[in-house]
Amino acid sequence: MDTARFTSKGFLVPGIINLVILIGLATLPLYGSLYNVVLITSIMMYAILTVSWVMFSGSSGYLSLATATFFGVGIYVSALLLPNTGAVLPLLVVVLIAGLGSSIVALGVGALTLRLRGIYFAVFTFGLVILVLELLNWWEHSVTGTRGRFVMLVDNDVIFYIMLVIFILSMLTTYLIRRSKFGLALQSIGENEEAAEHIGVNVTMVKVITFAISAFFMGATGAIWATKLTYIDPYVAFNVLYSFLPVLMAIFGGMGQIYGPVIGAVIFAYLQETFQTEFPYYYMLSFGVILIVAILYLPGGLVGLIQKAWRRRPGGRHADT
Amino acid sequence: MPILEGEGVTKYFGGLAAVSNVDFYVNEGEIIGLIGPNGAGKTTLFNLISAALVPKPGIIKFKGKNITGMKSYKICRMGLARTFQSVKVFANISVFDNVRLGSYFGKSPGLSSADAAREAGEALEFVGLSAMSATPARDLTLANQKRLEVARALATGPELLMLDEMMAGLNATEIAQAMELVTMIRDKGITIVMIEHVMKAIMNVCERIIVLHHGEKIAEGTPQEIATSPKVIEVYLGEKTDA
Repeated sequence: MDTARFTSKGFLVPGIINLVILIGLATLPLYGSLYNVVLITSIMMYAILTVSWVMFSGSSGYLSLATATFFGVGIYVSALLLPNTGAVLPLLVVVLIAGLGSSIVALGVGALTLRLRGIYFAVFTFGLVILVLELLNWWEHSVTGTRGRFVMLVDNDVIFYIMLVIFILSMLTTYLIRRSKFGLALQSIGENEEAAEHIGVNVTMVKVITFAISAFFMGATGAIWATKLTYIDPYVAFNVLYSFLPVLMAIFGGMGQIYGPVIGAVIFAYLQETFQTEFPYYYMLSFGVILIVAILYLPGGLVGLIQKAWRRRPGGRHADT
Repeated sequence: MPILEGEGVTKYFGGLAAVSNVDFYVNEGEIIGLIGPNGAGKTTLFNLISAALVPKPGIIKFKGKNITGMKSYKICRMGLARTFQSVKVFANISVFDNVRLGSYFGKSPGLSSADAAREAGEALEFVGLSAMSATPARDLTLANQKRLEVARALATGPELLMLDEMMAGLNATEIAQAMELVTMIRDKGITIVMIEHVMKAIMNVCERIIVLHHGEKIAEGTPQEIATSPKVIEVYLGEKTDA
């Protein structure tokens, strides 16, 4: 689907495919079963996390493991403002506040730590998840005296549509960043940060702002996800798995193209949901195997594989010309 | 008034004085050569000027303004650009976009994309890389990557350009082309400071030469003066048997 971008048909083919997918998704609650609506909601949740992770880490080359932090902040904002005893604020406002809250955390963390390079940044962001988790644990135990929190029940279709809107916005943002000079600057940072700074790119600002934008989507997703979970505690909200899964999904799908992370997330999340119910004891094991195969044999991810096949077919154009 | 000045510029790496109490000035429109044996502190001095490092103590002024401790991107936007000894092109970005980044973020940020593209095109034309616009920078030869770095630096709209060993690793033809490029840049009205080991280039192109040795400035003068200075010959050109 990505290679079509390079053919003379230009925008037409991917445009139609996008439209069909979008209409299919938007009308899903009308004809789909409840199971499908819930399944696709969670697939979209993973897709948003992956897309927004790639938004920052994919181009800048900074491996962030802070996804679970921003996701968790969103979940917690939702738990505090939408308790089952009655909503403090309207749902959409809470989602927005959660996104902004995560952005603010990202701005602070980014300003402090984005001077760390390579492995140090990755380790710090990973530590951040644990730090926030333990802080909240302490706060819940000794200040509020609560163990967990119940979140207001929200209709599944509403959750689905809000998730869909966040997903579309995250894709649009990725697309716009990629096309803009801001995106070019971000890419140059990933290529060579010192050179980027010496040709006038305010590297700190570009990094921190992108980090905050990506955190916005993670936080907003967390807020709406919390209403699906209905019960949360710090361990549920700040699960380090949410830091690693987007990375794995992005590698699996391939980060070179805008669709790669989405395809990776969709397939991965679908497999997870089905494996978890079909083979509860083996699903993690099978994941491990899939990942090892993906890393060893699919350096460009699934999308890379598709492009390769496309180029090999008789009369296939070279996608990189 | 000199366009670039340094007063007592010093930088220690641990106990080692990489650059020690160096005073220098560069006048507008000059081509200055910076020479010295390996480890003399030439690149460190470049890094201090472009603010990749901060002198301690010491003051660096550009266009009369103290730029010590300023961020590199701000110095670039003031009109001071540089290239790197070990080329630092954006390997996976196209040649054109490498240069376009310079015009987008250099001296006049906020340029429209059409203007930035035009400037980038001109800079590529100037260094003779127009034909390779769409190629990823990693696929260029070393000589062309060095040209690309010059084009990228020029696209930022500098008044002063610092070239760090632009000719190292190039063959004779490429060196001749690079020398021509340097004079062409000067003819555009851009002041140049260049680090170079290729003596032929330094002697032919530069109007004034500064010699560093063990981080200290040991001589300064016209190519003729430097070539005949006993001190320079002693510490820099070494024993007579040395080529």
